[in-house]
Amino acid sequence: MLEPRSFAGGLHPPEMKHTADKAIQKLPLPDRVVLHVSQHIGAPAKPTHKITDKVNCGDVIAEAGGYVSAPVHATITGSVIAVGNFMHPFGVPSPAIVIERDHSAQEPDYTYENGLELGVEEIKKRIQDSGMVGLGGATFPTHVKLSPPDTKPIDTVILNGVECEPALTADHRLMLEEPDKVINGLQLIMKVLNAKQGIIGIEMNKPDAIKVFEDKFKSIANLSVQPLTVKYPQGGEKQLIYACLGRETPSGGLPMDVGVVVQNVASAAAISDAVNLRQPLLERIVTLSGKCAVNPGNYRVRIGTTVADFIQMTGGLKKDVELKKVIMGGPMMGFALFDLNIPIIKGTSGLLCWDSEEAAQPRETACLRCGNCIRACPMGLMPQTMKQLIDHRKWDKVDEIGMLDCIECGCCAYACPSSLPLVQSFKLGKKNVMAERKKATASKG
Amino acid sequence: MNTTTAATASVSPRLLVTSSPHIFSGLTAARVMWDVNLSLLPALAMALFNFGIRAALVILASVLGAVLAEFVIQKFLMKKPVCIEDGSAVVTGILLAFCVPAALPAWVAFVGGFIAIALGKQVYGGLGQNVFNPAHVARALLLGSWPVYMTTWLKPGAAMSPSTAITDAVTCATPLGFIKIAGRDPEVMKKLSESGTSLVTYVFNELHIGFSDLFWGLNFSGSLGETSKAALLLGGLYLLIRGHITWHGPVAMCSTVFAGALIFGGSLEYAIFHLLTGGLIIGALFMITDMVTSPMTGKGQLIFGFGCGALTLLIRMKGGYPEGVCYSILIMNSLVPLIDKFTAPRKFGTVVAKEVKA
Repeated sequence: MLEPRSFAGGLHPPEMKHTADKAIQKLPLPDRVVLHVSQHIGAPAKPTHKITDKVNCGDVIAEAGGYVSAPVHATITGSVIAVGNFMHPFGVPSPAIVIERDHSAQEPDYTYENGLELGVEEIKKRIQDSGMVGLGGATFPTHVKLSPPDTKPIDTVILNGVECEPALTADHRLMLEEPDKVINGLQLIMKVLNAKQGIIGIEMNKPDAIKVFEDKFKSIANLSVQPLTVKYPQGGEKQLIYACLGRETPSGGLPMDVGVVVQNVASAAAISDAVNLRQPLLERIVTLSGKCAVNPGNYRVRIGTTVADFIQMTGGLKKDVELKKVIMGGPMMGFALFDLNIPIIKGTSGLLCWDSEEAAQPRETACLRCGNCIRACPMGLMPQTMKQLIDHRKWDKVDEIGMLDCIECGCCAYACPSSLPLVQSFKLGKKNVMAERKKATASKG
Repeated sequence: MNTTTAATASVSPRLLVTSSPHIFSGLTAARVMWDVNLSLLPALAMALFNFGIRAALVILASVLGAVLAEFVIQKFLMKKPVCIEDGSAVVTGILLAFCVPAALPAWVAFVGGFIAIALGKQVYGGLGQNVFNPAHVARALLLGSWPVYMTTWLKPGAAMSPSTAITDAVTCATPLGFIKIAGRDPEVMKKLSESGTSLVTYVFNELHIGFSDLFWGLNFSGSLGETSKAALLLGGLYLLIRGHITWHGPVAMCSTVFAGALIFGGSLEYAIFHLLTGGLIIGALFMITDMVTSPMTGKGQLIFGFGCGALTLLIRMKGGYPEGVCYSILIMNSLVPLIDKFTAPRKFGTVVAKEVKA
């Protein structure tokens, strides 16, 4: 095994990975799915169907709304029963298409073709058509990432198998159970980008996954596993690239600026299906965790299944424990939901059902200037100073000291002894800084 | 939420919605402050050992003054929630008591504690807002207001209870005070150069002490909590292990004083003397590590510690006062915003990207 590597800053929250030994279970089809047109970064998809239309599983029901966008597919066969605003995991109502399942319908069949024998453009087209987005949570449309300009040659593809978020084990299980699919996906991505090396970055707390790939890579020359120190946010794109290659993605830049494209392992596996089977992105693996869940585990579930249905299908909630907080994603970066009728989207990696003890929220007190936030920040920022500037609405100043470099990993807020709402403040700060920048360019133009 | 809704919570429970992150280290400001209080206990025990009930009275009065000021100002003037349970006023009270002589009348200590919080902290807006170390603000004010009280040093063990009258029989000079007077006495210096003994040896002989006494805090006088370096180091080590302080400031300040004394004093003996006397160790471990009034980054703390050490030695060797820790820290406190500005960490991704080698 190679020496484990890491990055500067960050911290080590409790791992809480209680479901690491729970094999992935395939859940039955839901009776109803709510499919949002905005499940990715970029322009929302445009709905192509109206109420009462019959759709087959895998049909496009919303077309990509531009280049940086992704189509949305029907994930079950049935009829459209509503098109309109539904609550989105991010907390705002957003257009969605609701499909009710036709119980008599058959599941579609897919025929296998070896994707590695296809041309680059065909592979890319199949990926784009499948509605593929980054499944690690950022949900950036994959075909865009796979189309860097000619001026930015890519020499390395890194697969993100870090899963540094506490509690989540979906990627871990996938790596153990379907390593061949992951490797095939990696090779497809490398082929598209003409990259000469592929690396899978995995944290040292998953030695079994590291071993699986090390064994498989013995016979493949240009692929390797990079073990990584267990430290959050090791799976942050820029942190991962730095740990694997020692390259610093420039501030405001993209991984392609340093010759790298990063994809999540779940994305790689889905890319394999998208290319070899022409199967659209219909399902994903979601980790269910928390004291309120009867059967915590890793579940393969159709995208668009509501959280309530998902929980019900896994065995429901414990009756004697009060559900206090439901988080979509991980404990460090996930979104707290206020309603269980919100659907699982392409980027949903976990669902945490917490009781009041797990959801305990410390009271905010005055900042002590202790500097814990600065030491914890993996981006070399000064969270304390940034929050002060945001509190005083000094958008230009906070922009200057790196507001947009913040990756919202939550290390600062986790480490803060005064429990300042730092990330909340930075979300506001980023929004305003971007608006100010837009204003500035508009007045210049 | 009542229990009936909890039982049927599967339909639409009332959920807590907050921004990420959803987990926390569990560290709180109060935890930090009470840990600091805990770390001061060894030095407190040594203060009681050396100065008896007098030490207890001074500490109690100072803490009482500090906590009362915090309570009164928060409750009646600021009309904010009272936070005396966070332990920060207690820290200030103890630290102030540690920087004053045991013979200080309890009421002066009480006034000191009160102004430490009122003028050193709350006037700026409370916890986290003050520019200067509150305990040192109060000490500076007390020294200006009651100079005699503030420089009357009790012999250890000589006047353990307040009933003993303060006479010449129970008072003595501190090693730093003694070396300052001796060093400026031409007769003493002439005698020393004739006999070939060093100034430090002369001080040790006159005060009947040695380096081990200075380290353990025995047989010589000084401010309440500063005498035992062993006890202070124990407390400092605790804070270091708990992660509440870093090595940067203390190491920078102590090594600056040590190196400076070695260079300008000319002997190792003189350098160790300066390291182990006065308020250097308490200042380096407990005053300049005060999170609120020190720089936030390691680099900044190194500069801060260096400045505190250099000014301390300057005052000790050239200034009018025998000890310079308090004023040097107050001066450096005022430079913290500037230091913070120039020691900001390097943003990730602000170096020129390395060439991708084929």
